[in-house]
Amino acid sequence: MPEQAHEITLVVNGTVRRAEVPGRRLLSDCLRHDLGLTGTHVGCEHGVCGCCTVLLDGEPVRSCLTFAVTVDGREITTVEGLADGDRMSPVQRAFAECHGLQCGFCTPGFLCTVTALLRENPAPTEEEVLEGVSGNLCRCTGYQNILKAVHRAAEIMAEES
Amino acid sequence: MTEQLDAGLVARQIAESDQLSDPSGVREVGRARRRKEDARLVTGRTMWTDNIQLPGMLYVAFLRSPMAHARITRVDVSAARVQPGVVAAYAGQDLADEQGSLPCAWPVSEDVVIPDHPPMAVDTVRYVGEAVACVVATDRYKAADALEAIEVDYEPLEAVLDMTEALAEGGPRVHEAGNQAFTWKFAGGDIEAAFRDAPVVIDRTYVQQRLIPTAMEPRAVVATTDGDAFTLYSATQIPHVLRVMLALTTGIPEHRLRVVAPDVGGGFGSKLQVTAEEVLCLLLTRRLGKPVKWTESRSEGNLTVHHGRDQLQRISVAAERDGRIRGVRVDLLADMGAYLMLVTPGVPLLGAFMYNGIYKMDAYDFTCTGVFTTKMPTDAYRGAGRPEATFAIERAVDELAHELGLDPIEVRRRNWITHQEFPYTTIAGLTYDSGNYEAATDRALALFGYDKLRAEQADRRDRRDPVQLGIGVSTYTEMCGLAPSRVLGSLSYGAGGWEHAAVRLLPTGKVEVVTGTSPHGQGHETAWSQIVADALGVPFDDVSVLHGDTAVAPRGMDTYGSRSLVVGGVAVLRACEKVKDKARDLAAHLLEAAPGDVEFTAGEFRVRGTSEGRTIQELALAAFAAHDLPDGFEPRLDADATFDPENFSFPHGTHLCAVEVDTETGTAKIRSYVAVDDVGSVVNPLIVEGQVHGGIAQGIAQALFEEAVYDSEGNLLTTTMADYLIPSAADLPEFVTDRTETPATSNPLGVKGVGEAGTIASTPAVVNAVVDALRPYGVHDVPMPCTPERIWRVLGGGGGTGGSATGWAGPTESEGGAR
Repeated sequence: MPEQAHEITLVVNGTVRRAEVPGRRLLSDCLRHDLGLTGTHVGCEHGVCGCCTVLLDGEPVRSCLTFAVTVDGREITTVEGLADGDRMSPVQRAFAECHGLQCGFCTPGFLCTVTALLRENPAPTEEEVLEGVSGNLCRCTGYQNILKAVHRAAEIMAEES
Repeated sequence: MTEQLDAGLVARQIAESDQLSDPSGVREVGRARRRKEDARLVTGRTMWTDNIQLPGMLYVAFLRSPMAHARITRVDVSAARVQPGVVAAYAGQDLADEQGSLPCAWPVSEDVVIPDHPPMAVDTVRYVGEAVACVVATDRYKAADALEAIEVDYEPLEAVLDMTEALAEGGPRVHEAGNQAFTWKFAGGDIEAAFRDAPVVIDRTYVQQRLIPTAMEPRAVVATTDGDAFTLYSATQIPHVLRVMLALTTGIPEHRLRVVAPDVGGGFGSKLQVTAEEVLCLLLTRRLGKPVKWTESRSEGNLTVHHGRDQLQRISVAAERDGRIRGVRVDLLADMGAYLMLVTPGVPLLGAFMYNGIYKMDAYDFTCTGVFTTKMPTDAYRGAGRPEATFAIERAVDELAHELGLDPIEVRRRNWITHQEFPYTTIAGLTYDSGNYEAATDRALALFGYDKLRAEQADRRDRRDPVQLGIGVSTYTEMCGLAPSRVLGSLSYGAGGWEHAAVRLLPTGKVEVVTGTSPHGQGHETAWSQIVADALGVPFDDVSVLHGDTAVAPRGMDTYGSRSLVVGGVAVLRACEKVKDKARDLAAHLLEAAPGDVEFTAGEFRVRGTSEGRTIQELALAAFAAHDLPDGFEPRLDADATFDPENFSFPHGTHLCAVEVDTETGTAKIRSYVAVDDVGSVVNPLIVEGQVHGGIAQGIAQALFEEAVYDSEGNLLTTTMADYLIPSAADLPEFVTDRTETPATSNPLGVKGVGEAGTIASTPAVVNAVVDALRPYGVHDVPMPCTPERIWRVLGGGGGTGGSATGWAGPTESEGGAR
């Protein structure tokens, strides 16, 4: 039996995008392969590593645990949508400034998670930062500089607000 | 030797006079430059292998063995072949004539058994996860669906899981030739004399558990052909080695094969491999004439990315009553898994020269037996052999200290090579060129607050606090910067250890650097740019670094073994020197001066004592225009260089760890961690610190969290990231890091390499701390990973299956038990 395709409409990084996807298409695959937004990475496909984290109506979700059809009509922000034109967001700048990444594979997930974290809580404590990023895994950095980057991003945001 | 000295001289000259990269006079080498790589990486403008889409691309899925050991009696792919979207389906038998055998490049000994290793199993499977069939379809989901239609009949054979049992007579055999892969012996001094009548002998057995490297980017392969030439994209650390090996394996001529490592998301040794999937994707594109892609799932990866460690180490240390070590004897069983992959048997050998650590001794004896089991093959994982060696000797030295009632630092002081003694040739035959163990240790002790923590420990012991404090010490060194080609040759390794670089000044004065290293997170683009900026006096931003594509960077030995800067970075410097020499000749010609009268400062060649000069950018344009060149001068300012070091490099350091162990729950929590590393001269302290952090995290993970677990049937139980636990931010302490610096003498940059140091140092520091906390309970070991359950069992919980503890033995009793 041929697989039924569903037409969905997503607002991705401010642009209306349409896709025809089977019911089982993961949002991560839809973004990467149907929409060509390969900045979102798939690290485990079982919801543990957090590499695939994107913002769904502003909230971080695991796009590998989300079927694309279930987010029809919703707004999605991926790593490609974090910068303001040519100007990188405070979180992006802070990660580069603090050497919060090495291979960079986990980074888009962290950036999305931290973007949401700092929007909710612009001046998090050390504990809150630790808690906030502990759902994302990184194998390169040992996290020290990621934690620094989150605090630095908060600082930049405060300076620029 | 002469060449080395000259290179050193050249480097010193640069340091003294030339290395002013811009008129402001700031040296680039040594600066905490922010990475060039990051702007792309934080904005999602990356090119991972899985991103690649080619016209007409097909998708490959592999059916994998659910049995650890079985004869394949039938494979029927016909039902899969007619599934929607399926273009082809093959069993191993269908590929048997052309798939060849996956290579092992390190036949370590005369007696080594290198079994045939078909990329896709034909008649026998020897580990769970081994590929037995594949489907090629128009979409990844359809390929996965069609696997379910493949029928395979297996005739189960007995799994071989335990190394000691595997070596016993009469048991089931992984290969016809038996379960022993090789034996390898190495000795220095008179070991019998060292142990004869030794006042103290420490005899311990440690288990290096099996680990899964777990790079965040899953492996992926894209293969394509135009019918004549082939291109393979792979998430690999070794595009150059891979190209040679694939040419030899598949018969595709080397000059018709291009290998590309696009952005690669971490490796840690796991992508230092020639994989079945790479070979099979090449064969499939050759058969089908279409591009094919395969991307593994994480569970597939946990099963079939080569594993690391898995050794059973017996170490004996003979010592005097004052703590002076007389000799060390090591008897190692190393689990090869089911086959010998690229450097599988060589991994324990990389540790063979390191069990003596930083210590002086009269004798050393090392025996290693490689053992086949029905598990995923092991191979290089961060540190490869050296973390195992460092763990064993650092654990044993702590045991010796305890046995003698001495402070573990004091025992080390009585044995280590003092800084006045460098260069020092060890009992294992290596010449440690530079170091200062006293300086690193003193710095670490001060940062750690050692005496204060010892006082707190004593207090907690006195109070019988249920939360005990343990202090772990690790004073490590490692051999890295792999490596001198002739040494690798003497160890039967199949290739050399040189590295290549090319430097090109472009007409506009910008610089292209081509490197044979293949970074996957290490920041070579940044660090190499710093080296070039200083050497040529050009702005950091005017340098581009090209790598990871055999069509762009045709020569290289790639990235592993903390070798990239030590070998590849030096090759870049050497190439710059050649370019500069050419530029000097051109400048002298244009300035109508003798080359010897032309000096180079901050990117400009000037006639000594005059203000007349030419910038290197002006010379680049003059060479391009070629209107006025010296006779015989080729119109280009570029050069290449191949560097083969005369020695390994020997980073060292002292890591100290304080662990709180809750004796009621078994939970071990790291309270503080101090690392003082000496990695020689530093090109970029930001990158160095990042490498140390990441390394420590992986070493702590081995000590406390990670283990690949097979059940009694040989099924891997840790197939997801929920089961194989790599640490999150919440699982790790803050690391306090610092450096001491004794430049390496074997290369002109004075660098030693830093990729593996943290991992090598940290595991014994943590386990020593856990054991130290439990000394009052009579505990002398906790097997890794030191999970709460294991600690609880060692303390006698649940009947006490794991250790010798019988309850509180008291701090006094636990000290001074020398025989």
